[in-house]
Amino acid sequence: MKEYFNNIFTALLTIFVGMKVTLRHLFTPSVTIQYPDVKILLPERERNRLYVNMDDCIGCDQCARACPVNCIEIETVKSLPGEDLGKTSNGKKKALWVTKFTIDFAKCCYCQLCVFPCPTECIYMTDVYEFSEYDRNNLIYNFATLTEEQRLEKIENFRKFSEEKEKQKSQAQKSE
Amino acid sequence: MSIKTEEMVLNMGPQHPSTHGVLRLELTLDGEIITKVVPHIGYLHRCFEKHCEVMTYPQVIPYTDRMDYLAAMGNELGYVIGVEKLLGIQVPERVEYIRVIMAELQRIASHLVAIGTYGADIGAFTPFLYCFRDRERILNLFEITCGARLLYNYIWIGGLSHDLHPDFVRLTKEFIREFKPNLKELNNLLTFNKIFIDRTANVGILPLETAINFGITGPMLRASGLKWDLRKDDTYSVYDKFDFEIPVGSGKMGTVGDSWDRYYVRVLEMEESIKIIEQAIAQLPDGDVTSAIPKKIKPPVGHIYSRVENPRGELGYFIVSDGSTSPFRVKVRAPSFVNLQIMDELCRGHLVADVIAILGSVDIVLGEVDR
Amino acid sequence: MIYDFLYNLTGSSVLAGFLIALLPLFAFILPFALFAVLLERKVAGHIQDRLGPMRVGYHGILQTIADIIKLVQKEDIIAKENDKLFFNIAPVLTFVGSYAAFAVIPFSSIFLGAKIDLGIFYIIAVTGLVVAGILMAGWASNNKYSLLGAMRSAAQIISYEIPTILVVLSIVMMTGTMSLFDLSENQTGYFWNWYILGGPSMSLQKFLLIPFMLIGFLIIYISTLAEVNRTPFDIPEAESELVSGYHTEYSGMKFAMFFLAEYANMFAVSAIVATMFFGGYQSPFGYLGNSLNMSWLIPLEQFFWFIFKGIFFVFVQMWLRWTLPRLRVDQLMAASWKYLIPIAFVNLLIIGFITLI
Repeated sequence: MKEYFNNIFTALLTIFVGMKVTLRHLFTPSVTIQYPDVKILLPERERNRLYVNMDDCIGCDQCARACPVNCIEIETVKSLPGEDLGKTSNGKKKALWVTKFTIDFAKCCYCQLCVFPCPTECIYMTDVYEFSEYDRNNLIYNFATLTEEQRLEKIENFRKFSEEKEKQKSQAQKSE
Repeated sequence: MSIKTEEMVLNMGPQHPSTHGVLRLELTLDGEIITKVVPHIGYLHRCFEKHCEVMTYPQVIPYTDRMDYLAAMGNELGYVIGVEKLLGIQVPERVEYIRVIMAELQRIASHLVAIGTYGADIGAFTPFLYCFRDRERILNLFEITCGARLLYNYIWIGGLSHDLHPDFVRLTKEFIREFKPNLKELNNLLTFNKIFIDRTANVGILPLETAINFGITGPMLRASGLKWDLRKDDTYSVYDKFDFEIPVGSGKMGTVGDSWDRYYVRVLEMEESIKIIEQAIAQLPDGDVTSAIPKKIKPPVGHIYSRVENPRGELGYFIVSDGSTSPFRVKVRAPSFVNLQIMDELCRGHLVADVIAILGSVDIVLGEVDR
Repeated sequence: MIYDFLYNLTGSSVLAGFLIALLPLFAFILPFALFAVLLERKVAGHIQDRLGPMRVGYHGILQTIADIIKLVQKEDIIAKENDKLFFNIAPVLTFVGSYAAFAVIPFSSIFLGAKIDLGIFYIIAVTGLVVAGILMAGWASNNKYSLLGAMRSAAQIISYEIPTILVVLSIVMMTGTMSLFDLSENQTGYFWNWYILGGPSMSLQKFLLIPFMLIGFLIIYISTLAEVNRTPFDIPEAESELVSGYHTEYSGMKFAMFFLAEYANMFAVSAIVATMFFGGYQSPFGYLGNSLNMSWLIPLEQFFWFIFKGIFFVFVQMWLRWTLPRLRVDQLMAASWKYLIPIAFVNLLIIGFITLI
């Protein structure tokens, strides 16, 4: 019998306590941010879309090897001895033509493992997160600065150069 | 003369608002009483263990994040502790303290999700949003440290990827200061509400013997009465330097081991985590967090089983190394996978509405169950 | 008096009666339902520390219109196995059961849909149609989940009608009239003349009655919450258990009818509770029209007070919805049969004794 009234009393008491909590929340300001009109400033270490500064890239392939999902594809061609490809921002001389550098952002898992091994810090994560596309192929970003014909030209040059070297080596061997 | 009744098979299918993911529960009902529950899993299997065999050791860490995506720091910690033991390296003390702080913050975040979704399943929609508002602040803390909110890739083999942000300690102290009254408010709103107690007390009682026989770990085991916590009983990292209690289920509102106990143990664990974080911040030493990270990670041939106390139970990694840069085999003992077996045992004799209450108190994450 | 006005306008009592019964429907209930849907979402938002709908119109005012347009243009799906007749009639019955109650609720002293002496009795009889509608909806959906939901809902509504009726009986016993219009007229004056504070006569009887009237008010508020299927009694539409219960299979305009019927029902029961205990359309502080000597202002003021009280109780219902968890089916039955009915019964007896004094 006593439990019966106890039940009623605790039920009403806890319901009123709960209602008091909710009523207080009715008058606190809300925490919503009206997104497309107001955007939050993201912290500086934020990990969103990658960006590659091709002027600094030496084509060492470290980032592609570090990626766990193999979303970076790099193809390089050795340059000829006389060609000058310029210097990176910390003074090193570049020796490889980077003919293909694509990152597939549909595969990228935004883990940041490619940023750390880069010797010139040319690949880094920006805070761009609004880059959705209608067609999945548009998410394959191409960072290489050489056009298709330049790429074919460099490959052709290197092939000719290596053939020449082979010929010279075999001639030198024959003359021994 | 007894009436011949047929048993109805009801499918709580892979798409259901309350099954916490893609889980299929096949219930056999006799009227409204349940006679058998068969969980069907595998809808989220992503071949984690097979992937590990072709990745290098550091590349596995983003994959371990994605198993239990609500408590990612714990997953990383378990794997990294195992590999560090295999390599035989010792990390600086500052790294250990920061790892503990992150793991405990993650424990609070994970329990907030568990409590919020449990309330939403029972029908109280408001505590869910209050819990997520608090969780947002924890995720902001993680965001300023490593840049990501849910899948961090922060705890690396031999150290951490970044040192703490200069504002981190101040913001954490602010968070703790604002969280303590919120926790009290949550107790007023949900935990001691008579309707909630009626829904969860004496529902799904798990006796201690059964729990030990099934291999249940985590808050479920502690709610059944046993004081077993890997942070105290098989200490890893620097947990032995902190002073905290292990909350145990006491049958306050019903019997020991019912759903209310499991829920209340999680609430109390959040309070204990706050204590640990306060002590860790006070004792934080200086140091360099990236100094012990080896250039090439090639453990010697051998195998090791490392385990940590995740918010959902004991997460174990069995790592077999064959001397090369990628592991030979990584086998994961996921706590949710083991805890899910108990559904059949607990649900017999209850109503359909209780299945939801019991499943919410088991607190599974399908990413861990299926890997 | 609006009835006289319409009678003079049309010259036929049948047409006047018809128009006056339609008036609350179009002039008030439909706009109220539109408003209530938005109010619910905004109240829910602010309780949960967020804003509700904000993008459609200024701060989301036009949200319900967008919802209605969406529901109207949806395809009306009827599965092959459904029982077509019952499937189509069910929402109409539920709708009718809720709206027909408005014919006898006095919105103001000059407006009453139908002057019948059996006010409350008529309401209780007509809201029984809702049960029939729900059972038809559950059966004709040909869906295990809907059937379970409909049976539970029928059991719930029938069990909770009993405490409602017992409290209504105690009010009828105390005042001697069943017409809601007379109940409102009796509570003239200031707020201490309301029935929740004992009634219009200043006597020992009034002060003895106060605690029991309070208990009666609580009981009827809780039972009518169960009648309209609101949390904590919203098992029929428990989204996280049975995925929407008996109206799972409905789409488009029929679902809109269930939806609007629920909000109209909420206002109807709030209005009844306000009329029986809180003075109906009477103002608590005297009339501005009296003090300013503009007697034509008084019916407008009464209308305003009536709407205010109705919306206040609807707001409390929404407030409860977002605070409390849901009761399980057997606990719901236990709450009605083991707790509410004995207490309502004892309350009835005691009020009966006190009125004899």
